Amino acid sequence: MSAGELCDLTASELRSRLVDGEVSPAEIVESCLRRIEAVEDRVRAFLTPTPDVARERAAAVAGLARTEESPVAGIPIALKDVLTTRGIRTTCGSRILERYVPPYDCTAWARLSAAGSILLGKTNCDEFAMGSSNENSAFGPVHNPWDLDAVPGGSSGGSAAAVAAGEAVWALGTDTGGSVRQPAALCGVVGLKPTYGLISRYGLIAFASSLDTVGTFTRSVRDAAMLLSVLAGRDPMDATSLEHPAPTYTAALTGDVRGLRVGVVREAFGEGVEPGVRSGVQAAIDRLERLGASVGEASLPHTDYALSAYYLIAPSEASSNLARYDGVRYGLRVPAEDSVQMMMRTRGAGFGPEVKRRIMLGTYALSAGYYEAYYAQAQKVRTLVIRDYERAFDAYDVLVSPTSPTTAFRIGERTDDPLAMYLSDVFTIPANLAGVPAISIPCGLDERGLPVGFQLTAPVLGEELLLRVADALERELAFDAVPELVRA
Amino acid sequence: MPVDIDIDHVARLARIELSAEEKERLRAQLSLILEHAAKVGEVATADVPPTASAIPRPTVLRPDVPAPSLGAEEALAGAPEREGDRFRVPRIVEVE
Repeated sequence: MSAGELCDLTASELRSRLVDGEVSPAEIVESCLRRIEAVEDRVRAFLTPTPDVARERAAAVAGLARTEESPVAGIPIALKDVLTTRGIRTTCGSRILERYVPPYDCTAWARLSAAGSILLGKTNCDEFAMGSSNENSAFGPVHNPWDLDAVPGGSSGGSAAAVAAGEAVWALGTDTGGSVRQPAALCGVVGLKPTYGLISRYGLIAFASSLDTVGTFTRSVRDAAMLLSVLAGRDPMDATSLEHPAPTYTAALTGDVRGLRVGVVREAFGEGVEPGVRSGVQAAIDRLERLGASVGEASLPHTDYALSAYYLIAPSEASSNLARYDGVRYGLRVPAEDSVQMMMRTRGAGFGPEVKRRIMLGTYALSAGYYEAYYAQAQKVRTLVIRDYERAFDAYDVLVSPTSPTTAFRIGERTDDPLAMYLSDVFTIPANLAGVPAISIPCGLDERGLPVGFQLTAPVLGEELLLRVADALERELAFDAVPELVRA
Repeated sequence: MPVDIDIDHVARLARIELSAEEKERLRAQLSLILEHAAKVGEVATADVPPTASAIPRPTVLRPDVPAPSLGAEEALAGAPEREGDRFRVPRIVEVE
């Protein structure tokens, strides 16, 4: 095995080879399946691999893949297991949905499928996307391809690890408080969280509806732009999806950032940020300056409050969204004499510790007598966070910061301390509260050889600008390190 | 200030059966998390309006046109228990 196999290439490179007739979708699929065979027992990125579906689809899309009609045709993808797939088990990493087979496709996958994409399988994640380390999956943790004793981040840890290990060319995840960007940072891949509402959430099994977004894991910014061009756009099945005609995002990748104003978020360089993260991010900022951007200091003064607000708003919405798991229509049922007992036992047995913690937290925060002190106050903080961004974007075109204060931490290191775990999302959460797009790109390795993530944030619907800056920086950084696991 | 939580009451509202050990752990953890979360009160002053969604959309209506939807067999395919074309559940009305 070597890092130069088809499964290790970017989607854009594979697309040119497909169009040139040098490779077939079947060869790319077999390359991914061989890699899965070689590393999956150590990485555990997948909950449900779908090799048969992939082989069948590879043959079916071979014709389309040779044309230039679709930027995703013939390229295999992995989907986080919170995105519904018709006829293919979708568990949300939870015992309560262990045997759930959805009768419909989520819109994100329906669009990709119609455009010739090939499903490789469903990836492991924190239960109902609640977590920052993937340790909250009911089916065991994912291991970071860069260090098998470390977490891949979360909640979309399986998708991030699969792309980092060459088990998939790209993958979809979901980002409610950083669940695409943080694992992308910890696994050394590109993670894009678009503007709230840009990609339909129909069939994204709900966690916190005012924050949930579908996002992408790729090996390059260009690949993210290619995927987004297919995924973005209004969907009548999602009332929150925006009326925004999706452009061809790759056209925005000019490589030119001269004269752009880059604001470095002051609050993201305080204590708790590891030295290796600090120096990696600083070096990337210097590169942006060298490319002709003007760099200054920006401020998001309510960053700390945003974390507190998030841990009231997200659990509150989750406590309502997860009320649907009642043992009546689908999913687990633990029998009992009467319906209320049946529901209580089903939920007691079906949900894991973090999901119970958040449902309890949200139920409390919304309950009579406490609603005003917690939930209502948190909604006001959301207003303050939005104002922070508005002020910052008056002075700057994009904002930059570390994606996460640390690189990948050890499996088990933070499981007993929910607050310490929640802190790994402190720099990603504000973008969800404000609905703005953000991307994490790898900017180097720390002293332990673990990837450092660099976060860029743009105003609402500023994806073209965001991708342009990220792509220019990516070219300048030329980050080409790959995990030992893949080189071996 | 530590927050004192009536765990049994909240668990009943949330419809989750918890073991004695889970209740103990949750009482301690939730208290700690809420103490931290209460920070929101420091800046959420009366003159700040609340925001429920960062990118508000007007109420979206679709044309009221019938279209194919999920059939009964598909809708019932995941049912833990069914009786004919219906979901079967245990007794709902409480008998005292």
